Parts: sequence; structure tokens; C-alpha cells
Amino acid sequence: MDKINPNLSLEFRGPVVIATLTDEKILDEDQLQGLEGSFLPLIEQTPQIQLIIDFSNVKFLTSSVLGLLIRISKKVHETEGTLRLCSISPKILDVFRITRLDKIFEILSDVDDAMVGLKK
Amino acid sequence: MTETQNILHKSWQLKSTEAEVKKVACEVLKTLEDHEFGEDTVFAVHLSLEEAFINAIKHGNHDDPQKNISVECLITPGKFDISITDEGFGFDPNGVPDPRCSSNLYKSCGRGVLLIRSYMDVVEYNSRGNCIHMVKYRKGEKGADSEKKPS
Repeated sequence: MDKINPNLSLEFRGPVVIATLTDEKILDEDQLQGLEGSFLPLIEQTPQIQLIIDFSNVKFLTSSVLGLLIRISKKVHETEGTLRLCSISPKILDVFRITRLDKIFEILSDVDDAMVGLKK
Repeated sequence: MTETQNILHKSWQLKSTEAEVKKVACEVLKTLEDHEFGEDTVFAVHLSLEEAFINAIKHGNHDDPQKNISVECLITPGKFDISITDEGFGFDPNGVPDPRCSSNLYKSCGRGVLLIRSYMDVVEYNSRGNCIHMVKYRKGEKGADSEKKPS
């Protein structure tokens, strides 16, 4: 697993990129800028990326993180890729439901579920 | 214990920076945890505090660290009550577009006010719109919405 940023670890399973958010709480501007600075170049450099973002460590986030996920999602779709989110805790899932972002993101229970149907 | 027995009653005059507001958030959240307000209530207060502080720093004070944020917080055994005031011109909270509408769903900002309203039991603004007053009751207290899931 590569740690390309203190807040993010990457694992490559064939053509699938599993990006694990390593922080329990994501709320600082520095954390957000660091994540954006890691995700966007990765997506640009990987046409038709199959990206899974693993939230298993995350216990708290703010609406700024939701904004970052929208920007990541737009970038993934521009490059005709696929984005899935997984292992989101019930409290964080409530935040997605309240904002109805659960309707626009593919949210799966864990990494194995998120891998189903992706090109290997 | 009665409502008049305050656990914390404190005011702060803060510089408009992330580091400054973080100190207040930490103190408030630790007080709630120490007095066993419950995980769901602490999560709700934490999220609402972060969103309100971000709004005050970015939208109210336009990221100007020379500007101030005033905070007045009261915690009793039954409730958390806070007012946060920035130095901005204020805004009309009823004029904020609903981020759940399909035309706004892909916008990358504008969800803070919705989250605060969903997680707090009382949310009010002053007429100028530069001061937010939020209340969260302890689970089981009169007025508490926390018996149900945030909506």
C-alpha cells in the first residue's frame, strides 16, 4: 500500500485503485487541500480510472468533504471513469442521506462489495 | 439538578481563524463528553459547530484573520446553547438554495445550513443574519429532537 499523502493510502488491485482515507476526522482546510492535491492528479493521470474510496477509518467529516467528493466525482466522469464509496459508518451515512448525496454516489458496504462488477 | 445549574457559561472573542475556533470547539465538546451527553448529541453538536464556524470565517468574515468571531455558550445538564457572531454583512438564511434540489445536487458547496438545521433542535438567526443561535437538548429532555434520527 502506498502512502502518497499523510491522509491517504493507495492500493492497486489490478486496474482498480483503492484509496483509503486514513484520518478519523476530516475537517481542516490543510487536510482537504492535501486530499484534493492527491486525488485530482491521480484521476487525470489514470484515464477511465476505477476508483474506490474507503471510509472505514472516518468517524467525522464536514460538508467541505462532501464538496471535495463532488469535485472528485466530476473529474472521474470527465475521464470516463468509475467512482465508488465504501465502508461508510452509519453516522456519516446519515450526512449523505440528509444531503441526498446517497442518490448520486454509488455507496457499497465494503471494499469487496465495491470491487464487484469492476474490470479486473 | 436543575436547568439553572450551569456546567459551562462562557464567552469568547476570537480571531477569525481555524486554529482559534478549534480551541473553542474542543473545550465545548470535551465538556459535553465529560457530562455524558451521548455520542449522537456530541456528533450533532460537533458537526453544527464546524459548519457554523466555517460559515463565519469564510462567508461572514471573508477569510480575514483580522476580523473577530464572538461566541457565547451555555451548557446546562439539559441542553447545549450557543450563539456565534461574525463581523460580516449577514445573509438571509431563507434565501439559501436547497442543496437537495436536483439542480443543486452537484454543487460543491451550500450544505452547511441544511446540516445545522437537521442536527440542531433550535436554529435562529438575528435580523442582520450575522449571528446564529443553536440549541441541542440532551436526549430525552423536553424539546429534544434527538429521539429521532436527524432529518
